[in-house]
Amino acid sequence: MLTFILRRLALGLLMLIALSVLVFVLLRLAPGDPIDAYIDPNVSMSRAEMAAIRARLGLDQPMPVQYFAWLGAAATGDLGYSIQRSGVRVLELVFERIGPTLLLMATGLVLSIVLGIATGIIGAVRRNSTTDVGLSVAAFVGISSPAFLTALLGLYFFSVQFRIAPSGGMLTPGAPFSVGDLLAHLILPAALLSIGQAALIMRYMRASMLEVLNQDYVRTARAKGVREFFVIVKHALRNALLPVITLIGSTIGMAIGGAIFIESVFNWPGMGLLMVNAVETRDYPVIMGATLVIGACVILVNLLTDITYAAVDPRIQVA
Amino acid sequence: MVAIALPRSNGPLARSLSRFLSNGAAVAGLMILLPVLIAVLTYDLWWPYAPNDIDLRALNKGPSATHWFGTDGVGRDVLARLLQGGRISLLVAGVSVAISLVIGFLVGALAAFGGRITDGSTMRLVDLCMTLPPVILLLVLASIAGTGIVPTIFVISLLSWPVLSRMVRARLLELRERDFVVAARGMGANLWHLLFRHGLPNCIDILVVYATLQIANAILLEAGLSFLGLGIPPPEASWGNMLNAARSTVVLEQYVWQWMFPGAALVLAVLAINFIGDGLRDAFDPRSDLN
Repeated sequence: MLTFILRRLALGLLMLIALSVLVFVLLRLAPGDPIDAYIDPNVSMSRAEMAAIRARLGLDQPMPVQYFAWLGAAATGDLGYSIQRSGVRVLELVFERIGPTLLLMATGLVLSIVLGIATGIIGAVRRNSTTDVGLSVAAFVGISSPAFLTALLGLYFFSVQFRIAPSGGMLTPGAPFSVGDLLAHLILPAALLSIGQAALIMRYMRASMLEVLNQDYVRTARAKGVREFFVIVKHALRNALLPVITLIGSTIGMAIGGAIFIESVFNWPGMGLLMVNAVETRDYPVIMGATLVIGACVILVNLLTDITYAAVDPRIQVA
Repeated sequence: MVAIALPRSNGPLARSLSRFLSNGAAVAGLMILLPVLIAVLTYDLWWPYAPNDIDLRALNKGPSATHWFGTDGVGRDVLARLLQGGRISLLVAGVSVAISLVIGFLVGALAAFGGRITDGSTMRLVDLCMTLPPVILLLVLASIAGTGIVPTIFVISLLSWPVLSRMVRARLLELRERDFVVAARGMGANLWHLLFRHGLPNCIDILVVYATLQIANAILLEAGLSFLGLGIPPPEASWGNMLNAARSTVVLEQYVWQWMFPGAALVLAVLAINFIGDGLRDAFDPRSDLN
């Protein structure tokens, strides 16, 4: 088990390094002078001073040298300055946005897991019934409709037509902080974010549940006289959940994609909105810093999923 | 058993076709997509308005007998823009899928036939491309490439080949060990011959299914980019940049026809293409007869 974790850790580290190379290359491909990222635009400067900074930052060095210098700075948290918001360090911008995004995504994830697993079980147990067909069609529509459209529709119906949800933001401006206010702002975007993931989880859950329900030990449990509810919840569910765990890990990327659109429609002050605003204003240091942080998070989540999977399933050969 | 006793059974292609046609969802998808496709391709022959015609007497008018889907803020006909937008969306999706098919097949073939080092390094590159969430990579690439039809096609096609190259590689690795390929090699067939006489025909099912599903995906990617204002810039119409109008509160609340129709067209097209793609996948799979 320990060697497995160590090996996965090493692989994750390699991926992280590769990711940093990718980000660095993209950063240099981006139009504009990389020096813009490092100087405070509020301070006026002469050409000689610029050249001095260039030399100090090592921008006159060959690319591989520059890469290692950049990597060293990035590793200590120095991702440069935002071009758009003068003098603000990229890392600060990114860090203050992580919290809201995590809150939104975690709520969405919990909702989609509960919803997806519950509807998946119902679909498998009542196979080919009207409920099952209805749920499957709904899941197909959920997978096919893009997050920005569901966000617009949700905003239109719940905020404009029924007026039961606030139309955006994370807190009511000017009002004192309260948990209730936060929840009122959170629930609609989180629910909309969960749709796509829930639909995917439901399809996998249904398929894997159907497979498990056909196995001998389930028949044995039924033959022993175990009540149907306990057969499903205690005997079948545990094994059926295993493939779904890996799926949940791999849908994180999809959830981040969805979160970008949801945040931009609902003006939710998270990483997605930061990223979209940065792309709109071509604020490359922020784009690359955010990409690096998001990529690192995805690698970490995949790592955790793999380890969880190995820990939960005794059949996995830990080698 | 019965099939053997018959004098002549249908070929694999005919059987695939009959499997496809007996799939209700796939046929329904085809029935939805074909009229949409015909309408999008021929609209300028039968619809009186052009996508950028301005009618100053009809600003923000709702659906009526003259403007079936209403008009937008500067008096342009929404139906005409929707159909033109469909053209652009399908053009972007079609071209980018074609490009990513070529890249995906070539990279996959290179990995399968190029020896261990090439294989290892290309597959690690694919792993890396699949680590980042696609939308993030899309935004990063779009920020470098800029807006417009050509950059959008470039960005989307650059994004969608890794999954395909993996599938092609798996298929070709298996194919490489087959007797007829070994025989062809023994007779001195070069890489070109192996790839295009033996590899390509044996990957055709993967390519067709992937292309179909990826067109739906590319339509969504294009719409997403344009929705954020990073894809197709106005005044050119696309389903995504028509939805972009709904980011203004007034349009969202009061002129619903301006964004709900393009949204519906988008979902309908994507659903139909997904149904067809799933149907094709089942139809190409000889084992699906067993169920």
